[in-house]
Amino acid sequence: MKMNRIKERSISLTDLTKNFKEIEPDLTSKEAMDESNRCLYCYDAPCIKACPTSINIPSFIKKIASGNMTGSARVIMEANPVGASCARVCPTEELCEGACVLNKASLPIMIGNLQRHATNWAIQNKTQLFKAGAKNGKSAAIIGGGPAGLSSARELARLGFDVTIFEAKEKAGGLNTHGIVSFRLPQNISSWEVEQVESLGVKIRTNTIVGRDIQPKEMLNEYDAVVLAIGMANVPLIGIEGEQANGMFDAVEFVESTKTPPLNTDLIGKKVVVVGAGNTAIDAATCSVRLGAANVKMLYRRTAAEMTAYEFEYEFAKQEGVEFRWLTQPVKIIMDDAGAVRGIQCIQMELGEIDQSGRRRPVPVAGSEFILEADAIIRAIGQKKHSKLIEAFGLEHTRGTVKVNASTYQTSNPKIYAAGDVIFGEGQSEAMVVTAAEQGKQTAYSIYKQLVENSMAQTS
Amino acid sequence: MADLRVNFAGIKAPNPFWLASAPPTNSGYQVQRAFEAGWGGAVWKTLGDPIINTSSRFAAMHFNGQRVAGFNNIELITDRPLEVNLKEIYETKKRFPNHAVIASLMVEPKQEKWHEIVKKAEAAGVDGLELNFGCPHGMAERGMGAASGQVPELVEKQTMWAKEAASTPVIVKLTPNITDITATAWAAVQGGADAISMINTINSLAGVDLDTWNTVPNVAGKGAHGGYCGPAVKPIALNMVAECARNPEVNIPISGIGGISTWRDAAEFILMGAGSVQVCTAAMHHGFSIVEDMIDGLNHYLDSKQLASVEELIGKTVPRYSNWGDLDLNFKVVARINEETCINCNKCYIACEDTAHQCIEMLKSPGGNKFLQVREEDCVGCNLCSIVCPVDGAINMIEIPNGPPMTWNERQKAIKQPTA
Repeated sequence: MKMNRIKERSISLTDLTKNFKEIEPDLTSKEAMDESNRCLYCYDAPCIKACPTSINIPSFIKKIASGNMTGSARVIMEANPVGASCARVCPTEELCEGACVLNKASLPIMIGNLQRHATNWAIQNKTQLFKAGAKNGKSAAIIGGGPAGLSSARELARLGFDVTIFEAKEKAGGLNTHGIVSFRLPQNISSWEVEQVESLGVKIRTNTIVGRDIQPKEMLNEYDAVVLAIGMANVPLIGIEGEQANGMFDAVEFVESTKTPPLNTDLIGKKVVVVGAGNTAIDAATCSVRLGAANVKMLYRRTAAEMTAYEFEYEFAKQEGVEFRWLTQPVKIIMDDAGAVRGIQCIQMELGEIDQSGRRRPVPVAGSEFILEADAIIRAIGQKKHSKLIEAFGLEHTRGTVKVNASTYQTSNPKIYAAGDVIFGEGQSEAMVVTAAEQGKQTAYSIYKQLVENSMAQTS
Repeated sequence: MADLRVNFAGIKAPNPFWLASAPPTNSGYQVQRAFEAGWGGAVWKTLGDPIINTSSRFAAMHFNGQRVAGFNNIELITDRPLEVNLKEIYETKKRFPNHAVIASLMVEPKQEKWHEIVKKAEAAGVDGLELNFGCPHGMAERGMGAASGQVPELVEKQTMWAKEAASTPVIVKLTPNITDITATAWAAVQGGADAISMINTINSLAGVDLDTWNTVPNVAGKGAHGGYCGPAVKPIALNMVAECARNPEVNIPISGIGGISTWRDAAEFILMGAGSVQVCTAAMHHGFSIVEDMIDGLNHYLDSKQLASVEELIGKTVPRYSNWGDLDLNFKVVARINEETCINCNKCYIACEDTAHQCIEMLKSPGGNKFLQVREEDCVGCNLCSIVCPVDGAINMIEIPNGPPMTWNERQKAIKQPTA
């Protein structure tokens, strides 16, 4: 997100829906033309290497400059089936834009914004970019319709598989549909990406929970390959006194509730505290601001240097007026007689010795307890894993992080592949949408190799 | 996806995008890399008696921060032995039998010289020949290149000599350093050419170094004129292609050359009558991979126009290119400024006020906001304001009804006719 391009910053308390419209405007055609012509069209370009999905960035930018918008959108979406979403949520300054050679000479190209411009064009013009491949007679089940699942499905369909996605929620798209604040990623963008996959003949069975509506065993019998792309689950409890109080929220559910109307007006004028300092915590905090909260504080037991939120997210939250309370650990939820949240008791921390994670361990400062007033408290301290389902498939895992072969994405059951957040953790993989998209693609290529290429090699 | 294959004067290629005879087609290695990248054909760097090149050869014209608006060179034809080039042509053609490989040729204006080189090139397996009558520097001093290309009789005679020996199509490449290109084009037709290509480079000096007072480029402190090409020459080339395309006596295919950088440029040349296009500067600036968007973009464009093949596009605009005397003098357009999109840079105002017809007014709304308005009755429809306007859609040229059509020629005719 380019902060200086955000023109409208005021928060409406009378019409909250206004606050949830995409905040950064699309590039105008002049901006897109100026910027795309500024791209050097490098050979062996570092931006391509910095993109986990290896989008041919100079090529799609050159196509914007030449007026070949269909071609531009195709180059993006070819490499990244959720490329319209990634144009909005990628930490571009750490990826493509961070690698742009122009950082050394002037300013990097606004790659994310150009990508958004080209994919917006395809969305507005209802462009069908891909076709399903000739059927190869094999089938694949994908559990989870998020970035990893969609990417896997799209590539499998192009390779001729009969593909079914099992999606627990009412709509597919996963995090892009439900978990990222609308003012950064409107739901219709993710819906378009889902439609692009569906138009290749991929069946999406929504409201279908594996383990309840279909059993793992059935699935393994019915399909030639299974892709586990189930992401992560809810936010765990903090583990302090009083969490049963009214006015306690799970950040993931909280953000999700703002993705579809009607918006909750209960927070207008209220004080909100968010516990945690990751990207979801920032989303919860900025959502609170846009739901009309009078004051939003984020508590983190370490300092700005250790937080996991991206720099641009932190910058955005500050500009939205979110207050950061560093070195602050919650101890207890304070509630009134009716059981409603009234505040949160905290203790001041200081940084001690370096711990296992390589960061300095926060330790409480004795006698430093204090209370912050709050009407609502949102916990955003990471997400749980879907361990039960992983175990139902009998897969090897470490605390819910499924083990995979790094080159084939096969789990301990070679018929089951895994991609996305379900394999993130314990030093394995990254939690980015774009990483999930790439892994989804790779599972598809791996399945094709195992089930089609290898069998062809055997018969010939 | 449309069919991009072309049959240009009998030379078949998978697409109309060919590399022009120039540094990018100096060797088999390069031409084969180009074919791998997607180029449909290549005109080999001119064969002839190998020359010795200077060191320091190219220079460019950068314009307001954009690199290579124009490109200038003093490099000559091939500096490699003929046998080496012929061997590599043979190998390239063997590896890429369906791509067009055309040998550019330049020899002294002698019949036996032309016979000899034509036979050698054809023995190597080329699909066609291009006679280089255009190189404006170095070779011209030896009576070749532009020196013969500027004399219609020499063009005709040498084309004839080449044709006497040739069994593959002969393309004559014309120099733009001439008053009327249709004169030499016609000479090529008389000589029996199967096609013409244009333009070669335009005489140029890229610049002068203000610190050293040397020319750019300079060779040990001295400069000589070079040949100019690149995006800046496109309008000149486009006109020359169009003039030949609309001339009924120049009734042979045209390969368009000059500043073609994108599929859009290519489509314009094709609309103006080119059956294939040749590219050099854009490839030298960005590498062979630029052809990918040329192919992709032209494909999408043809699809959007519901054309099944690129051949259906050739020459579609030629009938609309005419003489000044045939233009409707009563046709009227006026500028209209869209206040919604205008960003108030006032560039249109000052352009009109100082250098056109003083018909844009700076006004103030009742609320005190400045805005610009065209006094349409005084607007002559010169387009200047819309040209200097930096924002799309802020100034539109609107056609307004202005009586029945009347051209200059019709007017003169009417004046001469006695009134009854």
